[in-house]
Amino acid sequence: MKPPPFHYHAPTTLADALTVLGETGPHGKILAGGQSLIPLLNMRLAAPAHLIDINRLAELDRVDVDDGGVRVGALARHARVEADRSAAEAIPLLRQGLRLVAHPVIRNRGTTVGSLVHADPSAEMPAVLALLGGSLDLVSASGRRTVAAADLYVGPLESCLRADELAVCARFPRPAPGTGTAFVEIARRRGDYAVCGVAALVTLDDDLRVAAARAAYLSMAPVPHVLDLIEAVAGRPPDTADFAAAGRLARGRLDPEDDIHATAEYRAHLAEVLTARALREAAEAAVGALGASRPDPERAT
Amino acid sequence: MNEETHEIRLRVNGVPRAATVPARRLLSDCLRHDLGLTGTHVGCEHGVCGACTVLLDGRPVRSCLMFAVGADGHEVTTVEGLAAADGTPHPVQRAFRECHGLQCGFCTPGFLTVVAAFLEENPEPTEEQAREAIGGNLCRCTGYVNIVRAVLRAAELRRAAGRDPQAGDPAPRGPVRRQRP
Repeated sequence: MKPPPFHYHAPTTLADALTVLGETGPHGKILAGGQSLIPLLNMRLAAPAHLIDINRLAELDRVDVDDGGVRVGALARHARVEADRSAAEAIPLLRQGLRLVAHPVIRNRGTTVGSLVHADPSAEMPAVLALLGGSLDLVSASGRRTVAAADLYVGPLESCLRADELAVCARFPRPAPGTGTAFVEIARRRGDYAVCGVAALVTLDDDLRVAAARAAYLSMAPVPHVLDLIEAVAGRPPDTADFAAAGRLARGRLDPEDDIHATAEYRAHLAEVLTARALREAAEAAVGALGASRPDPERAT
Repeated sequence: MNEETHEIRLRVNGVPRAATVPARRLLSDCLRHDLGLTGTHVGCEHGVCGACTVLLDGRPVRSCLMFAVGADGHEVTTVEGLAAADGTPHPVQRAFRECHGLQCGFCTPGFLTVVAAFLEENPEPTEEQAREAIGGNLCRCTGYVNIVRAVLRAAELRRAAGRDPQAGDPAPRGPVRRQRP
């Protein structure tokens, strides 16, 4: 239960980090918060020859909010992103998801971008990025590219990052006006990986009718799985929309697997119930968001 | 393999310390073996049990999920650093003693550090918040009821000390509500 030996690199500039990463290639691994990597090392499930510690790259410890959305730097800890008021106002789903990431003590150290590239199919933040249609900025010694969440995940614990690339920033786009979100999950104990988790997004049009309804699933597929469920609830006002039907629709489109925590059948059941619950909560949040952003016509004179 | 070592300097419980460690030395092992501070307990070594929790620059972290080299230049507080310089126990330590918040004591250093930091951020927690704050720490003896009680009692002791350092202890709380299943 001790990590295997490795060569330790502690670059103080991004350029140096990229140089080392380019040189070590597949034998190098980035260390940011370490809350997933160090357990893997302690259990000897991973044994990279080189660790490149980016904790001295203060330039990556940032959270920026603008009209486009929220940009989270590679060294921003979950706890910092969770506590950022302007980020939570711009995209409430960030805080809704972050509150479910492990325990507060883990969130003090673990980074949001680290969680995104770790690509655990049971992790919350990849589902958030996927649901919002966000992206990751990747840099290497030879260039820079932006990869959409939909193209980022290849399989369980596997992303499309090349060995010489460092994810420097995640971009979470601001949802359309009139959008509400919710994140619900069932875990055996608080803070554990969810047996099933659902992040949901509902957008209402100017007549307060459902114009968009999507959900992203964790622990239900090898990668974060996003379903468009609008056909079950399109054009309905939120109080009469049949979110239970959307839940049944989702269940039919998901194909979870058995594991030691739950049977596929139980997971599918949870997905149906949690989809309805998350969409309903998201719709209520959308009504609230619209109510806050425009005057009440009943009271207007 | 002759392992490469690194010189690190950090402040532990207010005292400047130095150590020479291989990069793979966990902070938990550095504290216990290199610095002789065995108050930090090591349970699972993969971040699940919480026994090894220490404060890094005032915030609780798992010392088994950090390398000692990563603590270079930082401030670490272990359970040994909670009591006042004259040995007066921290309000959290007093509350755990008073409420019988420990039995075998193995998990206790992790609880004490987590709760001490939690009460700095939230001096008047509800029972639900207290329960969430300790959600990442495992205790195999107590069943948590007295630990939750100790968190709330520690909050009372802190508040009393804040109002008037000379004041006597407020009356202990009655039994708290039953634990959520």
